[in-house]
Amino acid sequence: MTTAPGLGGRISDRLWRSPGLVVFLLLTPPALWLGVIYLGSLFALLAQSFFSIDEFSGMVNREFTLKTYAELFTPTNLDIILRTVVMATLVTIASAIIAFPIAYYAARYAKGRWKAVFYLGIMLPLWSSYLVKVYSWKLILAKEGIISWFFEVLHLTWLLDAFLAIPVIGGNSLSVSPTGTFIVFVYVWLPFMILPIQAALERVPTSMIEASGDLGAAPGQTFRHVLLPLALPGVIAGSIFTFSLTLGDYIIPQIVGTSARFIGLAVYQYQGTAGNIPLAAAFAVVPIVIMGFYLWWAKRRGAFDAL
Amino acid sequence: MTCLKHTASLLGIISMLGATAASAQMTEIGAGEGELSIVAWAGYVERGETDPAFDWVTKFEAATGCMVSVKTANTSDEMVALMNEGGFDLVTASGDASLRLIAGGRVQPINVDLIPSWGTVDDRLKSAGWHTVDGVHYGVPYMWGPNVLMYNTEVFPEAPTSWNVVFEEQTLPDGQSNKGRVQAYDGPIHVADAAQYLMFHKPELGITSPYELNEEQYAAALELLRGQRTIVSRYWHDAFIQIDDFTNEGVVASGSWPFQVNLLKAAGVPVASTIPQEGATGWADTTMLHVDSEHPNCAYMWFEHQLSSNLQADLSVWFGANPSVPAACTDGRGMQTAEGCTANGLDDFDKIRFWTTPVADCSQGDDTCIPYYRWVSDYVGVIGGR
Repeated sequence: MTTAPGLGGRISDRLWRSPGLVVFLLLTPPALWLGVIYLGSLFALLAQSFFSIDEFSGMVNREFTLKTYAELFTPTNLDIILRTVVMATLVTIASAIIAFPIAYYAARYAKGRWKAVFYLGIMLPLWSSYLVKVYSWKLILAKEGIISWFFEVLHLTWLLDAFLAIPVIGGNSLSVSPTGTFIVFVYVWLPFMILPIQAALERVPTSMIEASGDLGAAPGQTFRHVLLPLALPGVIAGSIFTFSLTLGDYIIPQIVGTSARFIGLAVYQYQGTAGNIPLAAAFAVVPIVIMGFYLWWAKRRGAFDAL
Repeated sequence: MTCLKHTASLLGIISMLGATAASAQMTEIGAGEGELSIVAWAGYVERGETDPAFDWVTKFEAATGCMVSVKTANTSDEMVALMNEGGFDLVTASGDASLRLIAGGRVQPINVDLIPSWGTVDDRLKSAGWHTVDGVHYGVPYMWGPNVLMYNTEVFPEAPTSWNVVFEEQTLPDGQSNKGRVQAYDGPIHVADAAQYLMFHKPELGITSPYELNEEQYAAALELLRGQRTIVSRYWHDAFIQIDDFTNEGVVASGSWPFQVNLLKAAGVPVASTIPQEGATGWADTTMLHVDSEHPNCAYMWFEHQLSSNLQADLSVWFGANPSVPAACTDGRGMQTAEGCTANGLDDFDKIRFWTTPVADCSQGDDTCIPYYRWVSDYVGVIGGR
């Protein structure tokens, strides 16, 4: 005579007999998270871009219209988009150039304890408050800040002034110039470029570099034809971070720079302060479209082949 | 299915009831709800945490049991956005926000009979156009003051007599250009400051109010602001960033609020403020009650508190502003004195053109003036160098 299995037993029997149910139960929560909370809220925001705003009271008029998208193409807003894309591109290129040698050293030469120190050094700035870092940079770059002081001590103030006199990138001080915004962007996003490049470089076998040298390639040729193509997925992965983070950031241009708007700041101000959610939503679509094109281009360049 | 329909119609009726209840003004004040949330300018609602001497919340909380929470807003646009979002009871709205809130139906009419001290309010403010529409009051006057010209006293041994130091490139008394050393407000309402400047210097434009500009007058104001962009390094919207810029960035003159002037003076920075010959724009703030406020009784208690307690006197000292209850200058309810009020510009009421939302239908005729939304987009353009 067998005893009937308890509730726990019955559940485990049922799960054992239908593996599909197990998969379903395990996948539902993350799928819901991704689908409803993550993508759902994004689409709810994007849907807003098809509404318009009553220009006086600031109340949203919930009727379908493309008027808000048309507003994106006014010269003022095109300026904002162009300014942001140029900045994001420059920040990405500069980050890649600075990050590559650092990542190369960390991947190839740093050993044991030094490797830990290296990781810590790169990660440490990420652990401190982002706002504190940006405010510190405001003070460092200020007219009466440490950089100006340093130039003064070296009797090189004329050099700094000459640089700041250059139109477009200059300004009254580094802290109120586009150059200042650029420096802070590069500083803040650099770890996001170093880490993927380092991961990619560690996967490049040393033997390939040696083989390239044995076959008579100069170091420059080895870099261009062996190392860089093999590390490219890392560079592209890093550039996706730095590029999209710059496209969306709204704190840095608010604290350091000329007060000229960037996409993130425009979204923040239209949504957070002017209550113009439709235009903010339309602006939020811009980085999505730009990143879409960028990923498509990166895929064509074979950046994801090694994944 | 029928059941669903019933529920839907029931919900409809309930929401209609809610709407009627909310749009009618209160007729009596009940017991406090224990909470009160206020959207306010920085420094407007102090509980002695910044400086123990300035506290007008603790006693209110003890007397009414309404615990006050404050959400600080930096611009009028931000205040309108927060009130549109909802979840707040009161807002200290300036004239460039109040009419938008009324038009948007975000605030409810106020029954002034329920506020015993209403009679003590400055007669010039009781029915001011920025909170009273068609004879209906939508708020209780809070505080008013000028947008002053703040300047560095080491660079200007004597107070500048004109706003031109922040509008036009020139050599300052210390022999250097003002380029990069002046600031302007990072809010579209700054167009009005430009218009007021033109009112004085270009009378041929025929500007009668800096908030009512036709195409031609508006274009002239924008042109002035584009010139200003070349001498302004950074625009200010956060009072504390402006304070930092006067301390570390070599900024020597800017339109400002007495609030920053007082804090900088207290920190030992050589600054002072003045109202130049062109006059000044100013703010007159009104406490308004959200249409869906969940704590209306506490809100009415606050209305009475704001008029009758030490708030009017002490806030006017703290913020460098003027009380909406003139008696607060003299009756010793707080730290303010008659001299202090005079210094803050109490007698300059008529020289100040208070922030008002620009609308298309103005005294020059219907649909002839440039409405506020164009001020917003064009000012973003000016700051972007266009």
